[in-house]
Parts: sequence; structure tokens; C-alpha cells
Amino acid sequence: MVQGMIGRKIGMIQLFDESGRATGVTVVQAGPCKVIGKKGQSRVQLGYGETAKRKLTKPVLGQFEKAGTEPHKILREFGADDVGALEIGQEIRADIFTPGEKVKVVGTSKGKGFAGVIKKWNFGGGKATHGSRSHRIPGSVGQCAYPARIFKGKKMPGRMGGARVTAPSVQVLEVRADENLIFLKGPIPGSRGSIVLIRKK
Amino acid sequence: MNTLEQIEKEQMRVDLPQFRAGDTVKVHVRIVEGTRERIQVFEGVVIAINRKGSRTSFTVRKVSYGIGVERVFPLHSPMIDKIELVVRGRVRRAKIYYLRKLRGKAARIKERVYRPEDR
Repeated sequence: MVQGMIGRKIGMIQLFDESGRATGVTVVQAGPCKVIGKKGQSRVQLGYGETAKRKLTKPVLGQFEKAGTEPHKILREFGADDVGALEIGQEIRADIFTPGEKVKVVGTSKGKGFAGVIKKWNFGGGKATHGSRSHRIPGSVGQCAYPARIFKGKKMPGRMGGARVTAPSVQVLEVRADENLIFLKGPIPGSRGSIVLIRKK
Repeated sequence: MNTLEQIEKEQMRVDLPQFRAGDTVKVHVRIVEGTRERIQVFEGVVIAINRKGSRTSFTVRKVSYGIGVERVFPLHSPMIDKIELVVRGRVRRAKIYYLRKLRGKAARIKERVYRPEDR
């Protein structure tokens, strides 16, 4: 079985669990993915999504031609415990996941733009009133004659978000293989419609 | 968004009566105490309905021992056993928050009655 697949975050909804509590649920369209290639004994390459032939370079297109499938938008490698049993071109559906199991979800977080230190690093900020003019500034960033420089890695304002983020332990609540949907408990990284990788733990 | 709305629709309840702000209702709520479950009734005036598809909630107000008590229920929650419509009230707005400032006789709501041909 392949140990993960590519999906697309559809969005979040609220569902009532068996105890009657409303819980936040992320709906992810998981697959269908196709096996494009095998790498050794334990790795397979999966493709997801449609794309036009003209958007791909000839080397990439050649991989799909070799596999005998239509070109896919996303190509990613996953582990598999039975590479021999998988066939090139085989479809991988959401039923590789079972309700209740924990998965890792990898996505690209929402971009926050150029963010200050309060938002980016949870700094406390300065006083709001009493003549203070230091509201959201970072304050002192170093010492004096020694070391006479700013240490590397100093937390400063800058670009925030838009980075690869892994949600390490997300519970699968429901799997709808015929609709290629899986329901995950709580949030996952990324905006609606963004590509996510779902890996078994 | 369509997929999401469809999934939420699946768990929406159709067994509940229609009511609106101003109506007096009895809400039968399931209460789990350890292992056993019982039903508690909360009776009062609906002062607001927050319509958001499957996340719709409504606020019920009653005056208990001289103290106003308001409870917000998720309409489609499985914890609601049933809702009984006691009296339909005639009010002119969708949110009757002004009821909070009134007490005694002033806090009464006229019953909504329809002429037979309007039904």
C-alpha cells in the first residue's frame, strides 16, 4: 500500500461528533492519484491533477508517456510497502486511509506578507499610552561596544507565511473513497484550494 | 464551496418545527451525566435566530426566579431531542433584543393569529 497521497484542501466545515459536540473539520480532496513511476523497493512516484501538455517540459512529459497516463500537474514521491504489487498507471484512491488513524499533512501556509515582530515572533510590544511612542517596535536588538554587531538569527520583522508547514498529527475522521474526500479533525496548513500532501505516520 | 455546503446539509435536521423570533418554545435538551442521559426542558421566548445553514443557532430567553436567563442552542445539534412550539408571538422585528430591558407586563408578546383565509 502507498503510504500517502496528494490532495487539495477544499475548506473547513463544522460537524457534530457522536457526543453531540460541534467540531471543526477540514475537507480534503485526496486524489485520485496515479502511479507514475517506481523507485527501488520502497518508493513510488504519484501524479495528481490535470494539466495541459504544452505546460510541461519534454523530459517531464516523457515520464507520463512512459507510464502511459495523461499528464499530471503535481508529481511527488511517497513510500510504499509493496512496490511489487503496484502497477504503473494504477489509481490510488482515498481508501488507503482509515477513519481514526493519524496522518501528517504537508502544505504551504497562507502568506502574511512583511510582518512585524509582534505578529511574526509574538513579541510583547511597547506601552500603548502614557506618552509612549514605542507601540509595536522590536526595541533593542543588541548590546554595545562588545559585540558591536547583531547576532545572526536575531528575530526581526520580515516575510511571514507562504512556507512549507507540516501538521504532524492530524486525525482522520471519515473517508469517502467514492467522492475522493477525507475529513480531517481541525485545521491544516494552507488556503482553500491549495495542494497538500497526506502521509501515513 | 458547493461540496462543503452539501456535506453540511447532510447533517441538517428536518424533523424540527419552523419557528421565528417572538415564538415561545420548549427545547428538550439531552444532558449526559456520566453514563446516563436525561432530558431537560428549557422553555422561553425565541429572541433571535442566527441563520447560517447547518450552523444556525437560536437564542431562547426566559425569566427564572426574577432573573433573566438566555441560552443559545445550535439548531441542528443532535443534543436537541425535540422542539415544541408553544405560542406563536406577533413581533415586528427579527431580533427582539429590546425584550431584555422590559419586565413584567411590558415584556408580554401578543399571540400571532391568522385569519382563516390567510393560511
